[in-house]
Amino acid sequence: MMRALLICLFTLLPGLLASEEVVLGLSSDKVAITTSFDGSEILIFGAVKREEPIPTGAPLGVVITVAGPSKPVVVRRKEKRFGIWVNIDTVEVDAAPSFYAVASSAPLDEVLSDVEDLRSKISIDRAIRSVGAPSNIMDSASFTEAVIRIRKEADLYQLLEGQVAVDEQTLFRTAIKLPANLTEGDYATRIFLTRDREVISQYETKIDVRKVGLERWLFTMSRENALLYGLMSLTIAIVAGWGASAAFQLFRQS
Amino acid sequence: MQIYLPIAEVSVNAFLLLGLGGLVGILSGMFGVGGGFLMTPLLFFIGIPSAVAVATEANQIVASSFSGVLAHFKRRTVDLKMGTVLLIGGLIGAALGVVVFNYLKSIGQVDLLVRLCYVVFLGVIGGLMFIESLNAIRRSKQAAASGRPPVGKRKHHRGLVHTLPFKMRFRTSGLYISVIPPVIVGIVVGILAAIMGVGGGFIMVPAMIYLLGMPTKVVVGTSLFQIIFVTGFTTMLHATTNYTVDIMLAVLLLIGGVVGAQVGTRIGVKLKAEQLRILLALMVLAVCGKLALDLLLQPAELYSLGAAEGH
Repeated sequence: MMRALLICLFTLLPGLLASEEVVLGLSSDKVAITTSFDGSEILIFGAVKREEPIPTGAPLGVVITVAGPSKPVVVRRKEKRFGIWVNIDTVEVDAAPSFYAVASSAPLDEVLSDVEDLRSKISIDRAIRSVGAPSNIMDSASFTEAVIRIRKEADLYQLLEGQVAVDEQTLFRTAIKLPANLTEGDYATRIFLTRDREVISQYETKIDVRKVGLERWLFTMSRENALLYGLMSLTIAIVAGWGASAAFQLFRQS
Repeated sequence: MQIYLPIAEVSVNAFLLLGLGGLVGILSGMFGVGGGFLMTPLLFFIGIPSAVAVATEANQIVASSFSGVLAHFKRRTVDLKMGTVLLIGGLIGAALGVVVFNYLKSIGQVDLLVRLCYVVFLGVIGGLMFIESLNAIRRSKQAAASGRPPVGKRKHHRGLVHTLPFKMRFRTSGLYISVIPPVIVGIVVGILAAIMGVGGGFIMVPAMIYLLGMPTKVVVGTSLFQIIFVTGFTTMLHATTNYTVDIMLAVLLLIGGVVGAQVGTRIGVKLKAEQLRILLALMVLAVCGKLALDLLLQPAELYSLGAAEGH
C-alpha cells in the first residue's frame, strides 16, 4: 500500500525526481557447488540508465544486497547453574538468511535513511525477522545480535560499507565473496540507487546456487532414495574395511 | 585440498579428514573401541554440524570395526557366541536409546545430558581402569623383584554371573556363565550408544573384563564384532529418518580409519595387557577432563545456533 502510494508519487512528480534505472550485469548468475568448491566470488556490476543529464545535488548512492534462503534459527544461551554451564534461555528467530551481504558506496547511514532501511529491509539487523520472544526473556535483542555476531565470524554475514565503486555516477561494481560453507538455493540480489538517503530505483535478480555433478547426485539420492543411500554407505564401509584388511595381509606376506 | 561435503554443506580439508580417520583408526584397532567418543567431538571441532557428525561417525565406525574384526578373526580372538548375545542386547538397547533420546530432545536438554553422560561414564570407567592397571603393573613388578613368577591368573570371583540362571558355555572365552549379564551389558551399551552417538566400545570393553570376567585377548575382537552391527543399525536409522549421513565425509574418514585400524591391531598385539589398559584409561580420562572443563569454564560464546524443528 505504502509502496503503491510512493510509486504514484514518483510518477506524478517526474520533474522533481530524476528517473534513473539500473542496468545490471553479474559475473555469473549461477554458482555451481562442485566437489572441490571452496567458496566463490561474484562480481556484481552495472550502469545507471537515465534519459536526462546527471542531476546535481546529492551524489548517487548504490547499495547492493545478496541474501541466501531464510530459515528459522533457534538461539540458545548458556548460564551457570550448579557450577556448570547449561543452556537456559531459548529464543526462536523467525527468519534469518543463511547468507547475507550488504555492500554500499559509502557508510550505510550516509546513503540510506532508517525509513528506507525499514521498508526494504536492507541492513543486516533488518534482514533478520524476529517476531517475539517468550515473555520470560527480557533481552530478546541480544539473541538476534548473537545470530549476527556468530554468522559474521563465519563470514556468512558481511557488511561491506564503501565497497561499491561508483564511476561518474553511472557505472558501479562490487565483488562479493561467497564462503565455502554455502547452502543451496536462490540468492536474492538487490540493487538500490539512492539520492539524499532515499531509494530512487531498485532492481532485483537472483543468483542460483546449486550443487552439481557428484554433489547433486549424492544429495538427491540421500533424500529420495534414503534406504538405498544408507545401504550404499554401509556397503562402502564394509568393502573398505575388508579391503584394508586384505591389503595389509598381502603387504605382510610379501 | 579442500572438498565440499554434500550433506554437511561445508568445505573442509581432505587431508585433515584422512589424518583424523587414521589417528582414530589406530586407537580403534589397539583398544577395540570404535573411536566414536573421540571422533565425534573432533568433527564438531572442525565445523561439521553435530547431527551429520553423529550419523556419519556411526557409518565410519562400521568400517574401522569391520577392518579390525577381520584381523581378530584370523587370530581367533572373537567369541562369536558371546558377541551374538551382546548384540541381541545391543539392538534392544539401541531401539530403547532412540526413545530416550527423543524424550530428552522434547525437554530440550539433550546436549547437556549427553555431555554429562560422557563425563560420568568416562570418568568412572577411566578412573577404575587406571587404578586397576596400576595395581596390576605393581603386582607383576613385585613378583619379578622377589624372583617368583608373576601371578598370571586373576583371582576368580564367583559373582552374579555364575549364580544367575540360563547358563551358557562360551568356549572361546572359557566361561560358563548366565546369559543375563551379557544381555544387560548389551542393552546398556546400546542405549548409551544411541544417546551418545558412539559405538560404545569404551564402556563395553571394561564391562566385559570386569563384569563378565572375559579374558582380555578376546574382549577387543568380540566388542568390535558387536559394534559393527549396532552402528550399522544406527547408520540406517539416521540415513532413512534424518538424512544426515554424509557419504563423502564417511569415505574420507574411513579410508584413514581402516588403514589406522590395521596398524593399531598390530601395535595392540605387541603391547602387554596392562600397558594397553593403562593407555586406554589415560585416553578416556583425557577426553573426560576436556568435556568436564567445557562444562565448568565459561565458554567464549554463550549463545549457540541450532536449526528450528517442526517448520
